[in-house]
Amino acid sequence: MSERTPLARARGLGAAHGGTHHWWIQRATSVVMVPLVLWFAFSLAALGPTDHATASAWLAHPVNAVLALVLIAAMFHHLHLGLEVIIEDYIHSRWIKFAMLILQKFVTVIFGFGAAFAVLKIALS
Amino acid sequence: MVEFTLPKNSRIRKGKTWPAPEGATRVRTFQIYRWSPDDDDNPRLDSYEIDLDSCGPMVLDALIKIKNEIDPTLTFRRSCREGVCGSCSMNIDGTNTLACTKYIDDVKGTVRVYPLPHMRVVKDLVPDMNDAYAQLTSIEPWLKADTHPPDRERVQSPTDRKKLDGLYECILCFSCTTSCPSYWWNSDRYLGPAVLLQAYRWIVDSRDERTGERLDQLEDPFRLYRCHTILNCTKTCPKGLNPAQAIAEIKKLMVLRQG
Repeated sequence: MSERTPLARARGLGAAHGGTHHWWIQRATSVVMVPLVLWFAFSLAALGPTDHATASAWLAHPVNAVLALVLIAAMFHHLHLGLEVIIEDYIHSRWIKFAMLILQKFVTVIFGFGAAFAVLKIALS
Repeated sequence: MVEFTLPKNSRIRKGKTWPAPEGATRVRTFQIYRWSPDDDDNPRLDSYEIDLDSCGPMVLDALIKIKNEIDPTLTFRRSCREGVCGSCSMNIDGTNTLACTKYIDDVKGTVRVYPLPHMRVVKDLVPDMNDAYAQLTSIEPWLKADTHPPDRERVQSPTDRKKLDGLYECILCFSCTTSCPSYWWNSDRYLGPAVLLQAYRWIVDSRDERTGERLDQLEDPFRLYRCHTILNCTKTCPKGLNPAQAIAEIKKLMVLRQG
């Protein structure tokens, strides 16, 4: 047990003077995703069971491609922020925490860019 | 990692049973968490069978009756016995509340009484509140003004005074804070709902002149933003207050001052 006073422990390293941006962007991305996810779901439903060529043609349409890219950006950014919070909540060992934070950053960025690349490839080919 | 299971020496065992007196007609069992630092025993649940015909209506009445008439070693905090001091906060029937304002009749069957969750236990139902009180001290819960004080009271419009309703009533029993999972996992850095409600109480006080400074001190991923709107705090508050809303208001002010 530490011999520091409770007040010293409570004040800790002081306020980080950050956190609002993280919180706000998490909220903003979730709001942006509401219409985009609805649009995506309804579009897929309207498309119905179809072949590769029709689906590709739908995604290659500039409006659909741009909306899909925005959805991917919002979704993976939101995922990244959310996973960060979960890791900070539950993992208290400093090194495991930082390793996990960096690892999840890598993974979400790779998957996010992969998804964006797939859309661009279809739209631009 | 967060610990999801109790360490070996914290596992709760079955304790003694104190049977109801002969001829008792309205018997109710109270299962109460017992742990003493004076021996190496694990915590245990003692059962006390109480005749409700010779007991007051509140859980605190039963606890006092047990301490006076059955088992004087039972240890708990209490003072005002009318919900204004906040001393007798504990976990009754699975919910943090005040023993003095909780009707025995509102509990179905056995009345289970534990100390406030996830705090270090000093003895029986007495939790160690030192760190929580220090967190309260850290937000400096007093009026701060640089303008020379007037010769009379610091006046406040009725509208501004109204903003303190739902905040000033908090008696700092920490039922909300100790009901919050986020506080359980990160109590070393997250301030918890009770302290954040107090912080907001001074942030909205029209007489206070250090609003921005107060917000600066809360601008932190842990101190404020560990609140994930779980709402256990609001659900459990024995005074019917809404700490979650106070926290949401702080977050709104944080965003408001950015643009």
